Amino acid sequence: MSLRGAPEFPILFIPRKQGRMHIARIVMVDESMKMVLGKQRYPIVNHLRGRSARMWVVTVCILVLVASPPLIAQKIRPGFESDDGKQLFIANCAPCHGPDGDAIPGVDFGHGKFRRASSNGEVLEIMRSGVQGTAMPAFSNELSEVEIRRLGAYLTYLAAATQSTLVPGDAARGKAVFESKGNCLDCHRIKDKGSRVGPDLTDIGSVRRLSELERSILEPDGEILPQNRFVRVVSRDDVTITGRLLNQDTFTVQLMDSDERLLSFEKSKLKAFAFLEKSPMPSYQGKLNARELADLVSYLASLKGNGGR
Amino acid sequence: MNTRAPLVIVLVVFFWGPTSRAQVSFERILAANREPANWLTYSGTTLSQRHSLLDQITPANVKNLELQWIYQTRSLQKFEATALVVDGIMYTVQAPNDVIALDAATGRVFWTYSYNPGRAHPCCGRVNRGLAILGDTLFMGTIDAHLVAIDAKNGRPLWKTTVARAKSGYAITHAPLVLKDKVIIGTAGGEYGIRGFIAAYDAHTGQEAWRFYTIAGPGEPGHETWVGDSWQTGGGPVWMTGSYDPTLNLTYWGIGNPSPDWNGDVRPGDNLYSDSVVALDANTGKLKWYYQFTPHDDLDFDAVQVPVLADIEWQGQKRKVILWANRNGFFYVLDRQTGQFLLGKPFVEVTWASGFDQKGRPVREPGQSPSPEGTRIYPGNPGGTSWYSPSYSPRTGLFYISAWPNSSSIFVKVPVEYKEGREYAAGATRSSVPFDWSPAPNFRREEEGYGAVLAVDPHSGEKKWEFKMTDVTEAGILTTASDLLFSGGREGYFYALDARSGALLWKTSLGAAVISGPMTYSVGGRQYVAVNAGNCLFTFAVRQ
Repeated sequence: MSLRGAPEFPILFIPRKQGRMHIARIVMVDESMKMVLGKQRYPIVNHLRGRSARMWVVTVCILVLVASPPLIAQKIRPGFESDDGKQLFIANCAPCHGPDGDAIPGVDFGHGKFRRASSNGEVLEIMRSGVQGTAMPAFSNELSEVEIRRLGAYLTYLAAATQSTLVPGDAARGKAVFESKGNCLDCHRIKDKGSRVGPDLTDIGSVRRLSELERSILEPDGEILPQNRFVRVVSRDDVTITGRLLNQDTFTVQLMDSDERLLSFEKSKLKAFAFLEKSPMPSYQGKLNARELADLVSYLASLKGNGGR
Repeated sequence: MNTRAPLVIVLVVFFWGPTSRAQVSFERILAANREPANWLTYSGTTLSQRHSLLDQITPANVKNLELQWIYQTRSLQKFEATALVVDGIMYTVQAPNDVIALDAATGRVFWTYSYNPGRAHPCCGRVNRGLAILGDTLFMGTIDAHLVAIDAKNGRPLWKTTVARAKSGYAITHAPLVLKDKVIIGTAGGEYGIRGFIAAYDAHTGQEAWRFYTIAGPGEPGHETWVGDSWQTGGGPVWMTGSYDPTLNLTYWGIGNPSPDWNGDVRPGDNLYSDSVVALDANTGKLKWYYQFTPHDDLDFDAVQVPVLADIEWQGQKRKVILWANRNGFFYVLDRQTGQFLLGKPFVEVTWASGFDQKGRPVREPGQSPSPEGTRIYPGNPGGTSWYSPSYSPRTGLFYISAWPNSSSIFVKVPVEYKEGREYAAGATRSSVPFDWSPAPNFRREEEGYGAVLAVDPHSGEKKWEFKMTDVTEAGILTTASDLLFSGGREGYFYALDARSGALLWKTSLGAAVISGPMTYSVGGRQYVAVNAGNCLFTFAVRQ
């Protein structure tokens, strides 16, 4: 695998378990190098002290970025994580129409294509009244008028949103990319396989669009869903832990660390608590060729919970 | 002297005395501050300061507060009621409309009155915020728009009056206000195209005594602010309890949004008296003055906040004012004799208006209106604050607000047609901080939306201190004569702050959002503080 702009490294050199373990620690190396280097509990970085330690650190950073499993970091629009229309769409429409709205032949929300409607008003009316003789139910008793309109607004957004330009890939090959070359299971979990540190992808194909999956792989820092954020805490005795934020309130914070431990801290007893600005997931830009990327996206799109492969 | 006289006196005192003590006369309500052991009206007194003169719980001993008892409701609705306490008896409402009488010292139930509402669909939960009492009678508005009188001794219903037609979208969710021999109540339904009103009912018979329409009809002043028939479905709901100044004999009420929400195209004009405070003659319901906070509102900025009445020094003179932190993000000081605008200053991030003209009319910011494609506006649809009771402490001179300092929404407008009883909302919003009343996992950064208790100096509108929370708050605020401030938030904490500095003095986790105003009372010389969280009512007192 080639890392654009950096030397090449044999990624299989690092055992998978270690790679996973160090996913969070790479950030510590960045932000608290002295602290990390002084700790016996981090064997890989502990032997980095010495004349060329800095070079080694940089090397290890790059190595881990390459080898570490991807955390599919997803969408954030600062300040607007509550996308009611999308939630309604996923709950009510995506089960039949798919997250891209193109699972029913002749209907493609992403391209504003409908079989029986030629205006927004007609689309709304179909949502309210359903289509007799088809599986399309009437939602007027299930959803309020405002919710129906929110759904309509989301369909408009879908039609205007960027579409994936990937050619359809092969999901079976994508599975192989996911499990081998990508080392994705080191951070992600699908059903009962893989790590819980990153987002669980068991049903990712039901809730994320192709274009979103593609972007997450290539630009993981571009869109990070709030529930996929990582934080760093530093205890009073200078122990630094990073992990995925599970919850927080005014006085406490809960996270899962890189060893899948569920940890809770009182903020008043911490030296520092901060959100990580970047996703721990590396970009796969340049690491996967176009076919591998298309295969991987197709595989992720096929993951629909119990119905997935 | 008649030799039987002492016996008669003893018998009278024995049988009549306790009964008369339990009677809550209007004089007692007016002088509620003289008996701080009781909580006789929704906001504590008719001035609605939510400031108690009890001082047994202090900054020094508040750390020793401990749970005394819990009352668990059998309702999964939001528990928004503020309880009343009368001589050791607590009265509260289990949503939607069950009245409970409890021993305020132990939480044991004396009786329950269950009201079975008919068809009703209040926009935002089948909730109730509390009761009023006069004599031995409790009064409750119901979500199917009735006013019910209940015997406070045994929970038997005494009379029931239809206030409005629930099928048309009317509902009642707030606590009534007793004024003299009348019960004042307003109607919710701003999302259903109602024509809102405030009405007074005879406390003994339930007969309507007067009515003030919050949407000016033909021949009424303010009707010129509506076009065509739009006034007939103009909204103007009332869903929070008003206040009363006995020296002026004026009752003050906050009015909600015009209908339809989010798109004012069908109702050009200022749309009086939506989003206004109205001062009404308590005897007749006649309008004395009004001030409109958000003319021609298309942002759902209900002005239903509890009017807080205070007498303060204003530019060297004693002045009777109303203190008002509005959902639209501005803090106001108004003269409550005349309605004169004295001060308006943002207490949260505001983008919809840039300030005020000389008469106190907000200057609308161009482009800050809902649009078909969506417009981001601060504060968001939930507002800078909302119905959460504020507090004013005459001791600190500070006004305390439960605030959403930096929340925003994307406002989208669409066309809508009115259909009786159907939602009449011409748009949608997407908020930076979601509406969610349970402690959901919080992943937000501070800049994406936090909650706070703010202490504001009414003379300047300047913020004196801020107690930040990582999540927003829908809790009311209570202050006491020992300079304590009690509040909570969506995270489920209930806490005490130093009212002068904002320093945290005590906290406990109640496990679910506090969506009500704390209150305090005393039984047997012991001060209690009570608050709802989740579906339970919790009471605390200092460890003995």
